[in-house]
Amino acid sequence: MKWLACLLAFWLAAPAMAQDSMPPAPFAYRQLDDPEQEARAQALMETLRCLKCQSQSIADSDAPMAGDMRSQVRLRIAAGEDPEAVRAWLVERYGDYVSYSPRLTGMTWPLFALPLVLIAFVVLLLRRRLRKGDAP
Amino acid sequence: MSVLPPAEPRRVSPWALWMPLIAFAGFLALVIHGLTRPGSTEVESAMVGKRLPVFALEPAVADRPGLASSDFVGDKPRLLNIFASWCVPCAIEAPQLKTLSDEDIAIDGIAIRDRREELTDFLVRNGNPFARIGKDDVSAVQLAIGSSGVPESFVIDGRGVIRYQHIGVIRAEDLSLIREKLREAAQ
Repeated sequence: MKWLACLLAFWLAAPAMAQDSMPPAPFAYRQLDDPEQEARAQALMETLRCLKCQSQSIADSDAPMAGDMRSQVRLRIAAGEDPEAVRAWLVERYGDYVSYSPRLTGMTWPLFALPLVLIAFVVLLLRRRLRKGDAP
Repeated sequence: MSVLPPAEPRRVSPWALWMPLIAFAGFLALVIHGLTRPGSTEVESAMVGKRLPVFALEPAVADRPGLASSDFVGDKPRLLNIFASWCVPCAIEAPQLKTLSDEDIAIDGIAIRDRREELTDFLVRNGNPFARIGKDDVSAVQLAIGSSGVPESFVIDGRGVIRYQHIGVIRAEDLSLIREKLREAAQ
C-alpha cells in the first residue's frame, strides 16, 4: 500500500516539471527518406550530447530540446551538409562539451598519448622479463 | 622457459615496490575529488564575444512585433531574454525584468516552443517588459546562439555582438551584475 502511495505521489508530481505542449520539430522523430543520409545523421546524433540530459546523446533523449537538435541535424544532413561540419557548427556554439567524440587538442592529448605510453612500458617490461627468462 | 633456480633473494628496488601504491593513492584522490566536487551542469555558450547569428522570428504574441537579428543594431545595448510560459523559473524572473525595463533598459524576448494563448496569459499574469518577442518553435535560434535552457539572458551590444550570457534566473541580487554588463557593452 505504501509503495502505491509513493507511486501515486510521483505520478501526481510529474506535471510540476516544466515541459512545453508544442508538437515536436518536423524531423525530431521522423527519419529521413534517404536511408544513406539517415544512417549518417543517426551516426552523428549518437555522438552529440543532449544539453538538457547531459549523459545522454540526442539520439537517446526524449527532451524537447534534443528533438529540436535531431531535427536540425537531419535537415542539415538532408541539405547535403557533411556530418563533421554539423558537429563543428554545434561545437562553435557549445564548445567541445556538446560532442562525445574527443578532438586532439592541447588539453586532450594525454588521452591519446597515455595508452601509447602504457603499451610502450609494458613492451619494455616484457622484453626485460623474457630476456631474463632466456638467460640460464 | 627453463626452470628457475632455487629462490635466491632478489633485490627489488623500492620504486618498483611503492610506485603501484602511490599510483593507486593518486587515482583514489582523483576519484574522491571528482565525487565530492559539486559538478556544474551549466553549459556556457561559446558565442559570447561573437556576432549574433542572422535570424528573423515571427511575432509570438499579438501586441508585440517579432524579433530579428537586425533589431540589435542601434546605439544602445539590449538584453535578450530566452524564456517560455511553461518555464516555471521564468515567472520568478519576471519582476527583475520589469525593474530593468523601468530603468529604460531595452529587453527583447524569444519564446521557446510556446503557444500564443499560453504566452499571452503568462504575460498578463507576470507583466510584459519586452519590446519585441519572437517565437522559436524548434529552438532554432536558441541552438544558434548556444543557449541550452530557459531562462537565459544575453547582453547584446549596439553592434550586434553577444557580450554576456546569464544562465538561469536573473535574481534580485543579480541585477547589479546585469546593469554592469550592460554598461560595459555600452562602451
